[in-house]
Amino acid sequence: MKPTDIKDQEYFHKVVDCQYACPAHTPVPEYIRLIAQQRYTDAYMINWESNVFPGVLGRTCDRPCEPACRRGRVESEPVAICRLKRVAADNKEDIQARLPDIPTNKNGKKIALVGAGPASLTVARDLAPLGYSIDIYDEQPKAGGFMRSQIPSFRLPESVLDEEVGYILNMGLVSHFNHYVDSLKGLLAQDYDAIFVGSGAPRGRDLPKLPGRKEGDKSIHVGIDWLASVAFEHIEKIGKRVIVLGGGNTAMDCCRTARRLGGDDVKVIVRSPFEEMKASAWEKEDAIHEGIPIIENHVPLEFVHEDGKLVGMRFEKVNAVYDEDGKRSLVPTGDEPVLYPCDEVLVAIGQQNAFPWIEDDAGVEFDEWGMPLLNAQTFQSSCAKVFFGGDAAFGPENIITAVAQGHQAAVSIDLFCEGRPVDQRPPPGSSLISQKMGIHEWSYDNDVTTDEREIVPLVELTSALQNRRLEVELGFDVDAAFAEAERCLNCDVQTVFMDDKCIECDACVDICPMDCINFTVNSEESELRQQLRIKAANEDQDLYVSGDLNTGRVMVKDENVCLHCGLCAERCPTAAWDMQQFYYQVTKAAPLLVK
Amino acid sequence: MTYHRPEFRHPELPTNDLGYTRKEYEGAISTLCAGCGHDSISAAIIQACFELSLEPHKVAKISGIGCSSKTPTYFLQNSHGFNSVHGRMPSVATGANLANRELTYIGVSGDGDSASIGMGQFAHVVRRNLNMLYLVENNGCYGLTKGQDSATSDIGSMGKKGTPNPFEPIDLCTLALELGATFVARSFSGDKEQLVPLIKAAISHSGFALIDVVSPCVTFNNTATSTKSYEFVREHIEATGKTDFIPVRQEIMADYKPGFSQEVTLHDGSVIHLYKNDENLDLHDRLSAIQAIHKCKEKGEILTGLLYLDPDCQDLHEIIGSVEKPLRDLNESALCPGSKSLEAINESLR
Repeated sequence: MKPTDIKDQEYFHKVVDCQYACPAHTPVPEYIRLIAQQRYTDAYMINWESNVFPGVLGRTCDRPCEPACRRGRVESEPVAICRLKRVAADNKEDIQARLPDIPTNKNGKKIALVGAGPASLTVARDLAPLGYSIDIYDEQPKAGGFMRSQIPSFRLPESVLDEEVGYILNMGLVSHFNHYVDSLKGLLAQDYDAIFVGSGAPRGRDLPKLPGRKEGDKSIHVGIDWLASVAFEHIEKIGKRVIVLGGGNTAMDCCRTARRLGGDDVKVIVRSPFEEMKASAWEKEDAIHEGIPIIENHVPLEFVHEDGKLVGMRFEKVNAVYDEDGKRSLVPTGDEPVLYPCDEVLVAIGQQNAFPWIEDDAGVEFDEWGMPLLNAQTFQSSCAKVFFGGDAAFGPENIITAVAQGHQAAVSIDLFCEGRPVDQRPPPGSSLISQKMGIHEWSYDNDVTTDEREIVPLVELTSALQNRRLEVELGFDVDAAFAEAERCLNCDVQTVFMDDKCIECDACVDICPMDCINFTVNSEESELRQQLRIKAANEDQDLYVSGDLNTGRVMVKDENVCLHCGLCAERCPTAAWDMQQFYYQVTKAAPLLVK
Repeated sequence: MTYHRPEFRHPELPTNDLGYTRKEYEGAISTLCAGCGHDSISAAIIQACFELSLEPHKVAKISGIGCSSKTPTYFLQNSHGFNSVHGRMPSVATGANLANRELTYIGVSGDGDSASIGMGQFAHVVRRNLNMLYLVENNGCYGLTKGQDSATSDIGSMGKKGTPNPFEPIDLCTLALELGATFVARSFSGDKEQLVPLIKAAISHSGFALIDVVSPCVTFNNTATSTKSYEFVREHIEATGKTDFIPVRQEIMADYKPGFSQEVTLHDGSVIHLYKNDENLDLHDRLSAIQAIHKCKEKGEILTGLLYLDPDCQDLHEIIGSVEKPLRDLNESALCPGSKSLEAINESLR
């Protein structure tokens, strides 16, 4: 293999598994260390800089970072990254003074944001400090988009959302709430220099063709619309027996909300096997904890009525069968269809994009599935001054993806408004700094604890079910937060190897608790992976290869389960190893906002 | 500030016949200088004991004084250990072995501990063919007292102090061969591929097994002018060949070229195979070993690898006809036969 080019920022970026997996590339280990030091405000600001909604995400994020967390490969559970983020948000001091200044002299550019969800708000947050004049439109009375309409308050208290949305609205945005934008051409005709579409994926899938759907219309609701109606207080109760169709996170929010609005007998019934449901494992756990059974492998057949009233639903039992390519088909078991009685049904089987307000001749081209044709890096549409982001861009994802796309769209809009090519983007920022303080002393806590993952305490179940606004999770207290923060392996503190200093004494090989380090003859990557002390079977993880050493061998480090404990550097007599903190910042319109 | 080795190990760490991973053979974290060759030797001992599936509680590690003699703390923490008096490791090992012949004895010593203060003890433990691995961690200097030249330092070799050594070195391997050692090998701490099979073979040999391991002292004797530095040893190393250790019951898979290979079956049925670099070396011929060492020395080379082996020797217990069981397995009447037996012995001596 060729020597690893550590000057390529992406190499060490990938080693920081959590940050790499995060769509917005939040510098996770750095803020976790700050939490351990009880510097909650600093930890919050690092988050805010990167993901804009730390308090919201600390409760609701899909946490792509956690399955990626290296600790999950070393022991059974990853670091509770998401809930640590909440600790920073819950314990921070007033941050007003640290927010970016908004210039009173504007830069003369004016942009419109359609939809006031996380993507649009991120664009506003990134561009307002640069002097842009920003108009934001939303059909709802308040900003927040799906963060407000779809995430129930027992998971995300309104006050948390209001606070974080407020930081952005207070940046001098002109809000047009209760204002449904019904024409893109109308917007284009105005004096906007650019338009950002962050209108989400507002249409919930239904089962229009299922027998009995029409007759039961009064008692059958589309999940996301129903959740929005609850959030905006148009709906306050539900029947006693509720069936929720679907296996995603929206289905989990629906069933748990139904439990709080009078549903005593709430069931989730899903086509797929339990293991393959789209909902996050923890959201399924939370639903089950609230006494909601999840019935798998049941395909809906019909809505059943008696005397014009919905009385239940009939299902066919299936088994999941997989062909050679692993493709799944649901094969009926041949059992009699089963009837589940119910008073109301919530259909939470997915969402779709819809742009009824974009005229065919507005200049934005769509593909055969009705999705806008976009450049995946710049988020620019075929109409040069129209950019997309969030669920509106590539279909339903999640908040953190919307934020990440908002950052990139903001970069594009800024370049576009400056008259520069949008595909020539500034590089990400990074730094690599030695953490050495003494012989056995590093500026980070390199001791690796064996403590198991802390469990987030919950509010008592009966009271939780009585009040849909009562937040279920209590969050970590300061002690639990410290214990959990200490579980972080500091993967951003990189093992940097300088081959000209190495005397091949093997000290690092002998001390490394995880057998990561090898001195061996060089060969092709596939062979090299086989010839290491412990075979490097995880091909998602890179090999760090040095240049030729004096004996003609090379150093090969398998990054897979490195604990970043720094012992290689402590035991190296010539300082050929050093522990250096790698700080990576994704490309944003304004590189550094936080004071 | 921390100086702990984390508890975690690689989740795919292999297990041996006992179901143990290498972790069960580890010791405390080393307090030697960073980069010390001795730490590599500890790692090689750990690897060898793991691969041999030794039960840790059936191993005793014994040492004298010095950097080398500190190292038993850094391996096999579930085994018996005795950090004894300077140069007196052989006496303690002899006593322990006589009391319990069923344990595996690993003696760790250094060039000071063996070739200076312990020279007399070393000579006699060789002569007696005590069943043990005697491993010398040889760095050519007194590292624990700021790097003075030791008795194994080569003439003209110069460490950090900057004064060439004026005295003839003691070669522990040729000395042991002269004194009747039944297993003699030399190795280098930086060559685990060679060292691990040698340690396994030495432990499996029933009799006295010496491995003299050149182990650079990074702090005092890793200079460009030293003959025991990493760089010098790597450049001047010559091996008798590639040693394979094939445990009992395992089929011999390698295809050896005739004429250049020699195979020795040990007492326990395991096989040592030496793929020789020099056709003239005969593992069963002391003279051939001594000649090979000297020839290399004349060329300024260091000969490593297995040098001599007599698998059919009698160890100390067999020579003196001692009791076959460990003393702890004998009952009181056998251990203290009483005054009548004493009288009978005395009578036989009159």
